[in-house]
Amino acid sequence: MLGAYTTYVVQDLIRTRNPGLFDYSLMIALPLAFLVAGAVGILIERTVIRFLYGRPLETLLATWGISLILQQAVRSAFGPTNKEVGNPGWMSGAFELGGITITYNRMWIIVFTLAVFVGLLALLRFTRLGLEMRAVTQNRAMAASMGIRTARIDALTFGLGSGIAGIAGVALSQIDNVSPNLGQGYIIDSFLVVVFGGVGNLWGTLVASFTLGIANKFLEPFAGAVLGKIAILVFIILFIQKRPRGMFALKGRAIEA
Amino acid sequence: MLQVNAIDLHYGAAQALRGISMQAEPGKVTCVLGRNGVGKTSLLDALMGQHAVSKGNIVWEGDDITALRPADRARRGIAYVPQGREIFPLLTVEENLETGFAPLKRAEREIPADVYTLFPVLKSMLRRRGGDLSGGQQQQLAIGRALVMRPRLLLLDEPTEGIQPSIIKDIGRAISYLRGLGQIAIVLVEQYLDFAQELGDHFLVMDRGSVVYASDRAKLDEAALKRAMAI
Amino acid sequence: MTSSPLIRALDRGAVAFILVLVAIGVLVPALNLLTAESSVWHVPTYLVALWGKYVCYAILALSIDLIWGYCGILSLGHGAFFALGGYAMGMYLMRQIGTRGVYGNPILPDFMVFLNWPELPVFWYGFNHFAYAVLMVFLVPGVLAFVFGWFAFRSRVTGVYLSIITQALTYALLLGFFRNNFGFGGNNGLTDFKDILGFNVQAQETRAALFAISVLALIIGFFICRTIVASKLGMVLVSIRDAESRTRFLGYRVENYKLFVFTLSACMAGVAGALYVPQVGIINPSEFAPANSIEAVIWVAVGGRGTLIGAAIGAVIVNYGKTTFTSGPLAPYWLFLLGSLFVLVTLLLPRGIVGTVRHYSGALRDRKASAAAEDGITPNEPAPKAAE
Repeated sequence: MLGAYTTYVVQDLIRTRNPGLFDYSLMIALPLAFLVAGAVGILIERTVIRFLYGRPLETLLATWGISLILQQAVRSAFGPTNKEVGNPGWMSGAFELGGITITYNRMWIIVFTLAVFVGLLALLRFTRLGLEMRAVTQNRAMAASMGIRTARIDALTFGLGSGIAGIAGVALSQIDNVSPNLGQGYIIDSFLVVVFGGVGNLWGTLVASFTLGIANKFLEPFAGAVLGKIAILVFIILFIQKRPRGMFALKGRAIEA
Repeated sequence: MLQVNAIDLHYGAAQALRGISMQAEPGKVTCVLGRNGVGKTSLLDALMGQHAVSKGNIVWEGDDITALRPADRARRGIAYVPQGREIFPLLTVEENLETGFAPLKRAEREIPADVYTLFPVLKSMLRRRGGDLSGGQQQQLAIGRALVMRPRLLLLDEPTEGIQPSIIKDIGRAISYLRGLGQIAIVLVEQYLDFAQELGDHFLVMDRGSVVYASDRAKLDEAALKRAMAI
Repeated sequence: MTSSPLIRALDRGAVAFILVLVAIGVLVPALNLLTAESSVWHVPTYLVALWGKYVCYAILALSIDLIWGYCGILSLGHGAFFALGGYAMGMYLMRQIGTRGVYGNPILPDFMVFLNWPELPVFWYGFNHFAYAVLMVFLVPGVLAFVFGWFAFRSRVTGVYLSIITQALTYALLLGFFRNNFGFGGNNGLTDFKDILGFNVQAQETRAALFAISVLALIIGFFICRTIVASKLGMVLVSIRDAESRTRFLGYRVENYKLFVFTLSACMAGVAGALYVPQVGIINPSEFAPANSIEAVIWVAVGGRGTLIGAAIGAVIVNYGKTTFTSGPLAPYWLFLLGSLFVLVTLLLPRGIVGTVRHYSGALRDRKASAAAEDGITPNEPAPKAAE
């Protein structure tokens, strides 16, 4: 939501000040959205979440409360109505592929998602920050004994997550209405994706989100949008029966250690 | 030089340490002995800062570090090899070693060669996940990981626990090598008396949170030591 | 330990709470019906309906507290059971409209005529009988909770995962009930009710009676919860909450215990919904909205998780605040307030209002007794070993 609104503000400024730059507006909005959402995320982590580590249910409630506040803040600042966010020229239009019409903006979003995914994977796997993040999530006390400043890593991890959500908001602004309720409809979907793919597993998340998204679209023509959704929910509820730790649950000696 | 002055430590209402004082100096091994539940691990937790002490202070290299958090102590050259190894199970062996870079400057961030000379098995398993290693290999990894930090104070909590004899020998050799460097103060918590006697320069026996026997290697009265441990 | 569980259930706080409820249940309708409108003591009818709504919310909160406070199951989908109970009652009320609907069809509710349904769907059969509808109020949420819980608990879905799939459950129902062809009135829901058991739902007397019945239901629900919590079953529940696997290793069938309270709790939520509908005069799919269920959880958190009384009080306080705020010039700030409530309660007041009061008053009297009460166990009982 914050990301989408950042896009809106950027486009609005460009439209009024310098219409020639409009095609680049998304390029400008992306890093800004990342920074805005990330900064808000770090602020939330420092003021609220860090007091709730080890209490996941309370964290769930507190974050829900924060999301209410943020939504209302945006509603107060921008009004409750939808905001218009335009597609730059290179993202408009559509092309045909195997009888299916694909719009350019959706294709770009898929490309963009994959890019973010690869970037995140690389960040976690190859950078110092990624290593320290993984160390902290696996064993907080030991990571601290190794000289890793855990509080800093916590804040940065939360900020990174929020920042990526912000980027997702920029992408969503291209295909969805920008309104204070933008994020709400996606919360349950994204929870389900994580449950399906397994917590702490990027590959699982990627595969799960594509599977669920595609399954949803394929079910729609037969069962209608709503029944398709319900079918998927039922499927996931049954799925958790079989694999409570998600599709790609980690195997081997490591998980018991 | 580590100087611990009359520290108390509480877990809620339960008192785990009662007025413990001790020292550790570079190039020497200070052995802390005692049965289960007498406060040996609590003492190391207090030294590392994993748990706050309620009284007394800890002085390291002339500075009072009693209030510092674990990460800041690590940055002052204190390294911890905890009981149960506590390696990062989903990181590879190499990544586990690299976590020790955190307190180091960028230019110093390389794994010292002696880690691999001491524990050659680590070299051959760099790409394996830490959690997939056997207990003995994990113990070697945990010590290796601590050495990457170039510590000046090394805290070892029962490194022989549940480890096969040949690896115990490797670990013993590693500790005496580190002692021989003369740079590192080592605090070794042990229950395995023979192992400790072979390496130790100073001996402390704890019981119910207090030190009940203390001696240097030279003046060690083995009978008194055993009596203290068997109380 | 010789006293019967019933006596143990009624410690001093519980008796006082029930007495207060009885007083409210008698006084409010009496002051509404028996005093003149000009009297200072008069309670206007709209307030009776409003407070009746709060009482229904209090029952819902009680049902959530039973599973969350004592068994550690955080359901973020309890609104679904509430709404299902409400729909069961709503269907009865719809059938009672008869020929007085806009289209005057003696059998089909208006929306079905409007959507050209040829005949009444099978699942609407029987709802013209009040007893059948009441049975369904218990059965529909109960069976759903049983099936859902059976799957979830058997495969040991716990903690946040369970919360998320309960949320998904209510979301799925929300989507379903929004559809016209589901047969429950689509997004308009069921409304325009005329009478219940032959009494006009709009009438002052009916409203007063409904209020009294709601309070009675709250008392019965509270009594059932207290009895469970004070019994041996209650101790097992608390030990499941505090150390689930240890309880399992001690030989308890954790799944069955959880399934039992979850189903019971869903039935209570259903009753709350059923009493809610005739008092507000409408039931529509928005009752299934995930946000509602989460809000209900915060009532419990505000009042005090694991105190039962606190849950009921929290429901009333938060909803009173909501009514006050959303009807005045401060309406835009309600969500700020509600959001901050979530954050502040979890951060600063994890015991809730009643829990905090008990904690401090208990600490003054007797440290040991208060520790036990905090665990939801009456002081003279040994704490379960597994919880230590």
